[in-house]
Amino acid sequence: MHIPDGYLSPQTAVPFVALMVPVWGAAVKKVQANLKKKEVPVLAIGAAFSFTIMMFNLPMPGGSSAHAVGAVLLAILLGPWSACIGVSVALIIQALIFGDGGIMAIGANCFNMAVVMPWVGYWIYKLVRGKSDTLSTRSIMAAFIAGYVGLNAAAFVTALEFGSQYHLFQAADGTPLYFPYSIKVAMIAMMSEHLLLAGPVEGLTTALGTWFVAKNYPTLMAERLKGRIKPDALGVEHHV
Amino acid sequence: MFKNFKKLWMALGALMVLCPLGLIATGTAFGEWGTDQLPEEVGFIPAGLARFADFWHGSPLPDYGVPGWGGNFAQSAGGYILSALVGVVLVVLLISLLNKIVKD
Repeated sequence: MHIPDGYLSPQTAVPFVALMVPVWGAAVKKVQANLKKKEVPVLAIGAAFSFTIMMFNLPMPGGSSAHAVGAVLLAILLGPWSACIGVSVALIIQALIFGDGGIMAIGANCFNMAVVMPWVGYWIYKLVRGKSDTLSTRSIMAAFIAGYVGLNAAAFVTALEFGSQYHLFQAADGTPLYFPYSIKVAMIAMMSEHLLLAGPVEGLTTALGTWFVAKNYPTLMAERLKGRIKPDALGVEHHV
Repeated sequence: MFKNFKKLWMALGALMVLCPLGLIATGTAFGEWGTDQLPEEVGFIPAGLARFADFWHGSPLPDYGVPGWGGNFAQSAGGYILSALVGVVLVVLLISLLNKIVKD
């Protein structure tokens, strides 16, 4: 899912970078306001986990490969803004140090895996979980579904970005200038791999990760769910 | 940074040691073919792609490996684990910068 340089036209890649700059700015502000100092190690471990889990390439039928991302797990544990920062940092290191994903394509890659994926996953988790306990079967199932759908949402937007290039940018002789396949081919390839194999692995990772953290550090998620500390009309701070 | 959440740090360490499992999948992900693979995978190298594909040459550990350590699985696995270590250290350092701006 890491788009390399050259697969997107500069006209596509550069606007995604321009879009991500204010998103990163807003994410830093949100995290500054809402993340507690004692939660910073969890974000560091979560971002490092995302970095590492992306190295676990899964063999795909037909000789290709795909991997889980870990963005939904981070969003469930610390919220989507924290996940956005954590996964973006992992993706930027991957591009710069390991040549995984392009430099010009960093905006698109961060949009797909550090914006679409954590937010879609977070909304689905909240929706399916409802008011049930963090360690209830329903909440663990919610984490699985959120991971599964979140990864597939990211694969879907990636295929759109890839495939649109074929239709939009062609050389004078009619050959594609950038990504060489149609949107239909891109969709079928990306979605079959992620719906059938990488998605279930992402779901399992998200469910297992949520369970492991909630089991060992029950206060971490409980405090976050109780809501933010907000001062009332008299200026007294209390949980809402 | 390392005082709390010992079980999470340990789980991360275990994952880093196991990461060479990811080398079992030898295929390139869809849409991530290098310019060396495109003639075989696609049949040609699109002109615009050729112009921008090798825009960045600065990666010190390309494809999560140490250049020259690709002779056998043990070398690749060593390079892969080293890459995981370098990546994790950099990610943790960058995220820990947040300590300077977040509240207690």
